[in-house]
Amino acid sequence: MPKLTVNGREIEVPAGITVLQACELAGAEIPRFCYHERLSIAGNCRMCLVEMERAPKPIASCAMPVADGMVINTDTEKVKKARNGVMEFLLINHPLDCPICDQGGECDLQDQSMAYGYDRSRFHENKRAVTEKYMGPLIKTIMTRCIQCTRCVRFATEIAGVEDLGLVNRGEHAEITTLEKAIDSELSGNLVDVCPVGALTSAPYAFAARPWELKKTPSIDVMDAVGSNIRVDARGRQVMRVLPRLHEDVNEEWIHDKTRHACDGLARQRLDKPYVRGLDGKLRPARWEEAFEAIAQRLEGADPKRVAAIAGDLCDAESMVALKDFLGGLGSPNLDCRQDGAKVGDGPRFSYLFNTTIAGIEQADAVLIVGANPRHEAALVNARLRKRFLASGLPVGVVGEPVDLTFETRHLGNDPKALAELAEGRGAFAEILEKAEKPMLILGSGAVARPDGAAVHALCLKIAERYGLVGEAAPEGWNGFNLLQRAASRVGGLDLGFLPGPGGLDTAGILAAASKGEMDLVWLLGADELDMAQLGSAFVVYQGHHGDAGAHRADVILPGAAYTEKNATYVNTEGRVQLGRLAVFPPGEAREDWTILRALSERVGARLPYDNLGDLRRRLIETAPGFARLDQVAAAPWEPLPDSAGTELSSAPFTLPIDNFYMTDPISRASATMAKCAEAFVLPKQAATGTEG
Amino acid sequence: MKVTSYLKPQTGGFAFTPENEEKAKGYIARYPEGRQASAVIWLLYLAQKQNGGHLTDEVVEYVAWYLEMAPIRVHEVVSFYTMLYTEPVGEHVIQVCRTTSCWLRGSDEITRACLEATGVERLGGSSADGRFTVVEVECLGACCNAPMFQVGDGDYYEDLTPDSARRVIEALKRGERPAPGSQTGRLSSLNEDGPTTLKDTFPQKAKGTAGGAAGKADKSEGAGDAAG
Repeated sequence: MPKLTVNGREIEVPAGITVLQACELAGAEIPRFCYHERLSIAGNCRMCLVEMERAPKPIASCAMPVADGMVINTDTEKVKKARNGVMEFLLINHPLDCPICDQGGECDLQDQSMAYGYDRSRFHENKRAVTEKYMGPLIKTIMTRCIQCTRCVRFATEIAGVEDLGLVNRGEHAEITTLEKAIDSELSGNLVDVCPVGALTSAPYAFAARPWELKKTPSIDVMDAVGSNIRVDARGRQVMRVLPRLHEDVNEEWIHDKTRHACDGLARQRLDKPYVRGLDGKLRPARWEEAFEAIAQRLEGADPKRVAAIAGDLCDAESMVALKDFLGGLGSPNLDCRQDGAKVGDGPRFSYLFNTTIAGIEQADAVLIVGANPRHEAALVNARLRKRFLASGLPVGVVGEPVDLTFETRHLGNDPKALAELAEGRGAFAEILEKAEKPMLILGSGAVARPDGAAVHALCLKIAERYGLVGEAAPEGWNGFNLLQRAASRVGGLDLGFLPGPGGLDTAGILAAASKGEMDLVWLLGADELDMAQLGSAFVVYQGHHGDAGAHRADVILPGAAYTEKNATYVNTEGRVQLGRLAVFPPGEAREDWTILRALSERVGARLPYDNLGDLRRRLIETAPGFARLDQVAAAPWEPLPDSAGTELSSAPFTLPIDNFYMTDPISRASATMAKCAEAFVLPKQAATGTEG
Repeated sequence: MKVTSYLKPQTGGFAFTPENEEKAKGYIARYPEGRQASAVIWLLYLAQKQNGGHLTDEVVEYVAWYLEMAPIRVHEVVSFYTMLYTEPVGEHVIQVCRTTSCWLRGSDEITRACLEATGVERLGGSSADGRFTVVEVECLGACCNAPMFQVGDGDYYEDLTPDSARRVIEALKRGERPAPGSQTGRLSSLNEDGPTTLKDTFPQKAKGTAGGAAGKADKSEGAGDAAG
């Protein structure tokens, strides 16, 4: 460990870090533009100059590795003058348009020119102007503001894995360009975050608000099962934007475009009052009492076996436990939180979790992906896989539809036959798995939702056992078996046992019974991805926040709260319990979901025993003790599963569950921004492959 | 490390001729396996020559595909280097050096003479007949024989005066290749007034004018060795 002196203070730092990092460890702040912890080092902005003893001139601290005995000074007159000079140069061609710039108030250049800059410029010539570039519907470019730090180029190339951005020309004519191509990456929104100036700004958020007007609420994303940590910025009752929050083990500091930009969907298509379907077959607005009355009438004397509930993809754990208790009070065993019809969930906990954990990917040395496109199902898991690939050349085998994952993959086959071969130890990839120390398998949630999902799951477990992904053959503490969930509510629902009780029906069973007219009442808790035609003549209660498929079919609509409008608990695909917080209040008469169920339970005479969130959370922990451990991943121990010889493997090829990444749930389907993205990125591809319609 | 494979460009039909393909393979073979992208400048230069002196988007994309690089990476290289042209150029590209030594010794006049003689309207442009392109470049490293320009791939014409510059261009117009090197006939960059040491090795030259900026007397006898 090298020892160096920073501003007269001796400090011992890990070898291999840079002088800039060492200065930070020593508590000295170093201004910077081009340096970014997660990107390669460019060293071109020169803002991080510091003085090093025995060096003839100031050094760029971001690009200088630490060495033993270095003496660094960051607060001398020379350093101050150097920063002054660099700042003056950077501002030579930077327009003075802060008052009309969206970055104003959260701009690195603005802040650092205040802190380290000079108060005037000696440059009296004309500033240069640069034409705007097209970067797709999410990124607005004002390239005159660009200071050529190339963070965006490095982000696109290294993290996002799309080499579309580059710095062309040289000297005064240097500019960032995409060659007029939209940046086709799910992570493109992060370019706006990495840009230290106002050159790349968020197009949907253009001129919408100033940072100091916004109320910032830390929360959790529900657009996929990764549980990205987000910050919800709201003004008044409107969510203005969503930004990432740092969480090293989950999303690092990135989020994908759906997380970031689907928030305009929160203001559209909202259910803001209860509705009841009248005798004329039309939904009409109603008061809460009327809606409750309509439901109570149906429930009165109903056979509990003819009552069912299905929970959707965005539900919080609180509302699910309330609904489970509510149905339990009625005596109905028919409930399911797997609206996609997944065939796993009732087994031990490890069988439906991403056991390796997302950070654990960085130790893996071989990956087998089965029937999944992590780029669409969990973009940040894919970003980790890419990170690991770049670091170690991770071999990745894919069974299922071949997709471009932004890194090199080996396609092993389209159907379960390829899996069966692996299970028998045949094929080239078998050798790789055999040799790997820490191999992992990622099973897609789409693959276990097939009719033969249970058999696919069993086969993957068999592979996991055979190649030492789990069990005794695996290294201590390693569990390489992963089910990649894609619904934010799923693991929470499964942990809570939101599953068919004894003699109860699962999603397919409920729908089958309903289409035969054997269901009196079906409760859809935000469940929209069902074939609504199958609900037959059943009385449908839709509790949710958007007027989507479920609300169209419903006989009674109970307006609930979206994820930004409630204090709620979510469990991500790793089994990590995280708290989402209320940023704005639900619109109109909409209420937090558990309070709706609590109120109705009183009306039908089966009162739920909790009156506040504290009580409910206690009940949550009582139902599943894991909910007490916030932001922790408790290892789910592996255990051999009994052979499920019940189902036969079919030979049908694996299909991917998401064909339009930008529209997967009621919120993103209501979002105008997501519609623009789909138009820019998805439709051209569908037209090209002839899969349209 | 190979990360992604890029599709063959859909547009255009540019491809290396068999001879150039052979050369391209040779250039790539100079670098370790997997580092083929290092040959990008060589290949671009080769492609530029084959394409008649300049690079179009489709040529750039062809080279990118050939080297398994992202097209934008190759565009970056093309736009950075001044010897890679993205606009059509004439048969002869005249690069007039304008950096300090040449400028002090009258490169402005040389430029003007070049423009006049070739009929090119502005720097960076080409003559109407498509035979000449005149550009100004930074130091070409022949400061001791300033002022100078370069024609094509490496013909240095040095110790120029507006007259001798015109003469070179007229010769080019006639389809000749005037002898490169000093146009005053001095050997390489020997002292204009003849050697002051090693007098036995180098022949004593006829007396020139005494040093200084005025010392540009045009000597016509004997063409010196090419400085290239």
